[in-house]
Amino acid sequence: MARISSLAEAIEASVRDGDTVAVEGFTHLIPHAAGHEIIRQARKHLTLIRMTPDLVYDQLIGMGCVDKLIFSWGGNPGVGSLHRFRDAIENGWPQKLEIVEHSHAAMANAYEAGAAGLPCAVFRGYVGGDLPKVNPNIKYIACPFTGEQLAVVPAHRPNVAVIHAQRADRAGNVMIEGVLGVQKEAVLASKRSVVTVEEIVDELPARSLNAVVLPHWTVGHVVEVPGGAFPSYAQGYYPRTNSFYKQWDTISRDRDSFLAWMKANVLEKGPEVFAEHVRKFRAAAE
Amino acid sequence: MADYKPNEMMTIAASRALKNDDVCFVGIGMPSAAANLARLTHAPDITLIYESGTLGTKPDILPLSIGDGELCETAVTTVPVPEMFRYWLQGGRIKVGFLGGAQIDKYANLNTTVVGSYDKPKVRLPGGGGAPEIATSCGEIFIIMAQSKRGFVDKLDFVTSIGHGQGGKDARAKLGLKTKGPTRLITDLALFAPDPETKEMAVVSIHPGVTREQIQENTGWPVKFAAKVAETAPPTAQELEVLRELHARTARAHAA
Repeated sequence: MARISSLAEAIEASVRDGDTVAVEGFTHLIPHAAGHEIIRQARKHLTLIRMTPDLVYDQLIGMGCVDKLIFSWGGNPGVGSLHRFRDAIENGWPQKLEIVEHSHAAMANAYEAGAAGLPCAVFRGYVGGDLPKVNPNIKYIACPFTGEQLAVVPAHRPNVAVIHAQRADRAGNVMIEGVLGVQKEAVLASKRSVVTVEEIVDELPARSLNAVVLPHWTVGHVVEVPGGAFPSYAQGYYPRTNSFYKQWDTISRDRDSFLAWMKANVLEKGPEVFAEHVRKFRAAAE
Repeated sequence: MADYKPNEMMTIAASRALKNDDVCFVGIGMPSAAANLARLTHAPDITLIYESGTLGTKPDILPLSIGDGELCETAVTTVPVPEMFRYWLQGGRIKVGFLGGAQIDKYANLNTTVVGSYDKPKVRLPGGGGAPEIATSCGEIFIIMAQSKRGFVDKLDFVTSIGHGQGGKDARAKLGLKTKGPTRLITDLALFAPDPETKEMAVVSIHPGVTREQIQENTGWPVKFAAKVAETAPPTAQELEVLRELHARTARAHAA
């Protein structure tokens, strides 16, 4: 049952040391503010799952919160490398990072299987490539009807999913619009969840009869964090701040400049700074 | 003839490979520039699909990432990512997959995972993303990559996405694949296509002003040239103008 709370309270109650956590978002609606709160609360030994680990995972990895990463594409989209992710894999800084690597198709299927309560996902994948040689969790099964060889991966069943959405109502029903990624699947596959939203409203706005809504009884904590996806975007609220993705390349390249940025912008700040980042867009919309 | 850069020739040559009735799964970066140039010139009705779930998108600027808002706002519909990979890609509804890569070999297998060994990589690259299944599920694959000895290698450090495997007419069929795999490789120097027997990528067209020696110097294996090698038509004034305007609009938007 959804509980409307503060971000600190939601993370404190939901994310524990050693948890498997899916902080999901597919370019759109990436829950940066919630990721920063996990860093401030200094969670350790996390296993992170994400199709497209980007800046917020670079930050969690660089701050030493993460032992293991299950992923399918780890980069700064359109810009280049994730330097903290690379430093952890190539040099073990700040600590060794174990990786479990998949393709997008496998990850998407694994979330869907998790949401469906299945132990594994079956799909046509990985043919001819080397990923099955380095990931022992990619196995094969013969279709009992046709004999076709199909790939099988374990379902994702995170302890907690963390997502960002546009709106929730006061009961905690959460509405998501635009590029949907795997966020609905991640929440339904997880035992606990934290959903940050741009606004909590009395009534969800007029919507398609088939709008994507997570009913309040499927959601854990709901937290209002305006701008909480910055520098990612929230369709209808603010665009992606592409210039920050480019700046991150410089900030994160060097360990000291990374740590200095994290201290000034995350450790010494709170979720309220996110509203500042997107103030100009929200003012323009009103 | 207008003045143009090798990269512009590459993008324009790549855009010409796409047809008006194609349904194309678009990778980010150079494939996206080529696919949108095609849409803005000779293929206005082409269906472009990005892995974020946007079907039939018509962006005015090039997206920096595969899920920019512009893609969603201009799409016919946006589906969840699991549906994208299950119904649309695995379901066999996509005709052309347009990919790039960090390393390619002569059978057009691609590496976007690591340089060096997997466990102790010299360079950790982003990984496969959608490519391993794009490479096997789309009807055919076009690849766009600028040529260099570092990128065009005799042996890949890691096979992220299968092309024609170890070569031979039935290389893909032996793996159970029914799709064609890479049918075109477009570089900044030339156009390659697979030899019908060996499936080795051979040069079928050389861009204006480029020599065979230049192509060899930028390739890590002995390059095969087809029996008949054409000269690529230079960019037209219209192609160049549309491409440059697209890049200028994109640069302005991404600076914001």
